[in-house]
Amino acid sequence: MDIMDIIVCVLLFSGLFFLTGGAVGILRFPDFYSRLHPAGKLDTLGSLLSMTAFALFNLHHFSLGALLTSLKILLIVVFIFLASPTATHGIVDAGVRAGLAPWTKGEKRR
Amino acid sequence: MPSYLGNLMDNIFSYSSLYLAFLMALSLVRAVIGPTVLDRMIGVNAIGSKTVVLLIMIGFLYHRVDMFVDIALAYAMLNFIAVLAASRYFQKRKGLYDEALYR
Repeated sequence: MDIMDIIVCVLLFSGLFFLTGGAVGILRFPDFYSRLHPAGKLDTLGSLLSMTAFALFNLHHFSLGALLTSLKILLIVVFIFLASPTATHGIVDAGVRAGLAPWTKGEKRR
Repeated sequence: MPSYLGNLMDNIFSYSSLYLAFLMALSLVRAVIGPTVLDRMIGVNAIGSKTVVLLIMIGFLYHRVDMFVDIALAYAMLNFIAVLAASRYFQKRKGLYDEALYR
Protein backbone atom coordinates (compact mmCIF):
# COMPACT_ATOMS: atom_id res chain seq x y z
CA MET A 1 0.00 0.00 0.00
CA ASP A 2 1.73 3.16 -1.14
CA ILE A 3 1.23 6.70 0.09
CA MET A 4 -1.53 7.44 -2.45
CA ASP A 5 -3.71 4.58 -1.22
CA ILE A 6 -3.28 5.76 2.37
CA ILE A 7 -4.41 9.28 1.40
CA VAL A 8 -7.38 7.77 -0.46
CA CYS A 9 -8.33 5.68 2.59
CA VAL A 10 -8.08 8.64 4.99
CA LEU A 11 -10.25 10.82 2.72
CA LEU A 12 -12.78 8.04 2.17
CA PHE A 13 -13.11 7.18 5.86
CA SER A 14 -13.46 10.82 6.90
CA GLY A 15 -16.14 11.21 4.23
CA LEU A 16 -17.97 8.16 5.60
CA PHE A 17 -17.61 9.64 9.11
CA PHE A 18 -19.36 12.85 8.04
CA LEU A 19 -22.06 10.90 6.21
CA THR A 20 -22.62 8.93 9.44
CA GLY A 21 -23.07 12.20 11.31
CA GLY A 22 -25.61 13.30 8.72
CA ALA A 23 -27.64 10.10 9.00
CA VAL A 24 -27.64 10.12 12.82
CA GLY A 25 -28.54 13.82 12.87
CA ILE A 26 -31.48 13.25 10.53
CA LEU A 27 -32.72 10.55 12.89
CA ARG A 28 -32.21 12.31 16.22
CA PHE A 29 -32.89 16.04 15.80
CA PRO A 30 -36.24 17.06 17.28
CA ASP A 31 -37.69 19.15 14.49
CA PHE A 32 -38.13 19.44 10.75
CA TYR A 33 -36.11 22.66 10.51
CA SER A 34 -33.29 21.39 12.71
CA ARG A 35 -33.16 18.13 10.74
CA LEU A 36 -32.28 20.11 7.62
CA HIS A 37 -29.03 21.20 9.28
CA PRO A 38 -27.28 17.77 9.16
CA ALA A 39 -29.06 16.88 5.93
CA GLY A 40 -27.81 19.94 4.10
CA LYS A 41 -24.29 20.34 5.43
CA LEU A 42 -22.88 16.99 6.46
CA ASP A 43 -24.01 15.23 3.30
CA THR A 44 -22.29 17.90 1.22
CA LEU A 45 -19.00 17.63 3.12
CA GLY A 46 -19.12 13.84 3.15
CA SER A 47 -19.72 13.80 -0.60
CA LEU A 48 -16.82 16.24 -1.14
CA LEU A 49 -14.33 14.11 0.84
CA SER A 50 -15.47 10.79 -0.70
CA MET A 51 -15.46 12.16 -4.25
CA THR A 52 -11.97 13.62 -3.75
CA ALA A 53 -10.82 10.17 -2.61
CA PHE A 54 -12.36 8.58 -5.73
CA ALA A 55 -10.79 11.15 -8.07
CA LEU A 56 -7.35 10.52 -6.50
CA PHE A 57 -7.78 6.74 -6.65
CA ASN A 58 -8.84 6.94 -10.29
CA LEU A 59 -5.55 8.68 -11.15
CA HIS A 60 -3.55 5.66 -9.94
CA HIS A 61 -2.90 4.47 -13.49
CA PHE A 62 -2.39 7.82 -15.17
CA SER A 63 -3.77 8.41 -18.68
CA LEU A 64 -5.76 11.08 -20.46
CA GLY A 65 -9.01 9.14 -20.06
CA ALA A 66 -8.44 8.67 -16.34
CA LEU A 67 -7.73 12.41 -16.01
CA LEU A 68 -11.00 13.25 -17.78
CA THR A 69 -12.90 10.82 -15.55
CA SER A 70 -11.39 12.42 -12.44
CA LEU A 71 -12.37 15.86 -13.73
CA LYS A 72 -15.91 14.55 -14.23
CA ILE A 73 -15.99 13.25 -10.64
CA LEU A 74 -14.95 16.72 -9.46
CA LEU A 75 -17.69 18.15 -11.71
CA ILE A 76 -20.20 16.06 -9.72
CA VAL A 77 -18.80 17.69 -6.55
CA VAL A 78 -19.32 21.16 -8.06
CA PHE A 79 -22.88 20.22 -9.02
CA ILE A 80 -23.61 18.89 -5.50
CA PHE A 81 -22.26 22.12 -4.02
CA LEU A 82 -24.69 24.08 -6.21
CA ALA A 83 -27.67 21.74 -5.91
CA SER A 84 -27.68 20.68 -2.26
CA PRO A 85 -28.13 24.18 -0.70
CA THR A 86 -30.74 24.97 -3.35
CA ALA A 87 -32.71 21.81 -2.54
CA THR A 88 -32.42 22.52 1.21
CA HIS A 89 -33.68 26.06 0.68
CA GLY A 90 -36.56 24.71 -1.40
CA ILE A 91 -37.63 22.35 1.41
CA VAL A 92 -37.34 25.12 4.04
CA ASP A 93 -39.40 27.42 1.85
CA ALA A 94 -42.09 24.77 1.49
CA GLY A 95 -42.19 24.34 5.28
CA VAL A 96 -42.42 28.07 5.97
CA ARG A 97 -45.15 28.64 3.40
CA ALA A 98 -47.13 25.65 4.63
CA GLY A 99 -47.07 27.19 8.11
CA LEU A 100 -45.03 24.71 10.12
CA ALA A 101 -44.13 26.16 13.52
CA PRO A 102 -40.54 25.63 14.68
CA TRP A 103 -39.87 23.41 17.69
CA THR A 104 -39.17 25.21 20.96
CA LYS A 105 -37.63 23.87 24.15
CA GLY A 106 -40.04 21.95 26.35
CA GLU A 107 -42.27 20.75 23.55
CA LYS A 108 -42.67 17.13 22.59
CA ARG A 109 -40.22 15.84 20.02
CA ARG A 110 -41.78 15.51 16.61
CA MET B 1 2.13 -2.87 -7.68
CA PRO B 2 1.56 -6.45 -6.48
CA SER B 3 -1.82 -7.93 -7.17
CA TYR B 4 -2.92 -8.53 -3.58
CA LEU B 5 -2.74 -4.76 -2.91
CA GLY B 6 -5.32 -4.17 -5.62
CA ASN B 7 -7.51 -6.72 -3.89
CA LEU B 8 -7.06 -4.81 -0.65
CA MET B 9 -8.44 -1.59 -2.17
CA ASP B 10 -11.29 -3.58 -3.71
CA ASN B 11 -12.09 -4.97 -0.26
CA ILE B 12 -12.02 -1.48 1.24
CA PHE B 13 -14.41 -0.18 -1.41
CA SER B 14 -16.67 -3.21 -1.00
CA TYR B 15 -17.02 -2.85 2.77
CA SER B 16 -17.39 0.93 2.44
CA SER B 17 -20.32 0.42 0.08
CA LEU B 18 -21.90 -2.02 2.53
CA TYR B 19 -21.55 0.58 5.29
CA LEU B 20 -23.00 3.25 2.99
CA ALA B 21 -25.99 1.01 2.33
CA PHE B 22 -26.42 0.74 6.11
CA LEU B 23 -26.42 4.56 6.34
CA MET B 24 -29.03 4.68 3.58
CA ALA B 25 -31.19 2.31 5.65
CA LEU B 26 -30.88 4.73 8.60
CA SER B 27 -32.06 7.58 6.37
CA LEU B 28 -34.88 5.36 5.14
CA VAL B 29 -36.11 5.09 8.75
CA ARG B 30 -36.65 8.86 8.77
CA ALA B 31 -38.38 8.65 5.39
CA VAL B 32 -40.79 6.04 6.81
CA ILE B 33 -41.58 7.44 10.28
CA GLY B 34 -41.20 11.16 9.58
CA PRO B 35 -44.25 12.97 10.93
CA THR B 36 -44.71 15.36 8.03
CA VAL B 37 -44.27 14.88 4.32
CA LEU B 38 -41.32 17.28 4.38
CA ASP B 39 -39.47 14.99 6.80
CA ARG B 40 -39.95 12.19 4.31
CA MET B 41 -38.51 14.45 1.63
CA ILE B 42 -35.42 15.07 3.79
CA GLY B 43 -34.91 11.32 4.12
CA VAL B 44 -35.32 10.72 0.40
CA ASN B 45 -32.92 13.57 -0.42
CA ALA B 46 -30.30 12.13 1.95
CA ILE B 47 -30.66 8.69 0.34
CA GLY B 48 -30.20 10.26 -3.10
CA SER B 49 -27.03 12.12 -2.17
CA LYS B 50 -25.57 8.92 -0.70
CA THR B 51 -26.53 7.00 -3.84
CA VAL B 52 -24.24 9.21 -5.96
CA VAL B 53 -21.26 8.19 -3.79
CA LEU B 54 -22.38 4.55 -3.85
CA LEU B 55 -22.65 4.50 -7.67
CA ILE B 56 -19.04 5.63 -8.12
CA MET B 57 -17.91 3.01 -5.60
CA ILE B 58 -19.78 0.34 -7.59
CA GLY B 59 -17.95 1.65 -10.66
CA PHE B 60 -14.61 1.02 -8.95
CA LEU B 61 -15.73 -2.48 -7.98
CA TYR B 62 -16.62 -3.28 -11.60
CA HIS B 63 -13.52 -1.42 -12.97
CA ARG B 64 -15.84 0.61 -15.24
CA VAL B 65 -15.77 3.95 -13.45
CA ASP B 66 -15.82 5.93 -16.71
CA MET B 67 -19.34 4.63 -17.35
CA PHE B 68 -20.64 4.87 -13.77
CA VAL B 69 -19.54 8.51 -13.45
CA ASP B 70 -22.09 9.50 -16.10
CA ILE B 71 -24.80 7.49 -14.32
CA ALA B 72 -23.92 9.20 -11.03
CA LEU B 73 -24.06 12.66 -12.60
CA ALA B 74 -27.46 11.93 -14.17
CA TYR B 75 -28.71 10.57 -10.83
CA ALA B 76 -27.56 13.71 -8.98
CA MET B 77 -29.41 15.95 -11.45
CA LEU B 78 -32.53 13.77 -11.28
CA ASN B 79 -32.53 13.82 -7.46
CA PHE B 80 -32.15 17.61 -7.41
CA ILE B 81 -34.99 18.17 -9.88
CA ALA B 82 -37.26 15.72 -8.02
CA VAL B 83 -36.69 17.43 -4.65
CA LEU B 84 -37.28 20.91 -6.13
CA ALA B 85 -40.49 19.79 -7.88
CA ALA B 86 -41.81 18.05 -4.76
CA SER B 87 -41.08 21.06 -2.54
CA ARG B 88 -42.84 23.36 -5.03
CA TYR B 89 -45.80 20.97 -4.98
CA PHE B 90 -46.13 20.65 -1.20
CA GLN B 91 -45.68 24.32 -0.26
CA LYS B 92 -49.36 25.13 -0.64
CA ARG B 93 -50.57 22.39 1.73
CA LYS B 94 -51.75 23.75 5.07
CA GLY B 95 -51.85 21.69 8.24
CA LEU B 96 -49.05 19.26 7.50
CA TYR B 97 -49.12 17.88 11.04
CA ASP B 98 -52.64 16.52 10.62
CA GLU B 99 -51.40 13.62 8.54
CA ALA B 100 -49.12 12.35 11.31
CA LEU B 101 -49.90 8.91 12.64
CA TYR B 102 -48.98 9.98 16.17
CA ARG B 103 -48.07 13.27 17.85
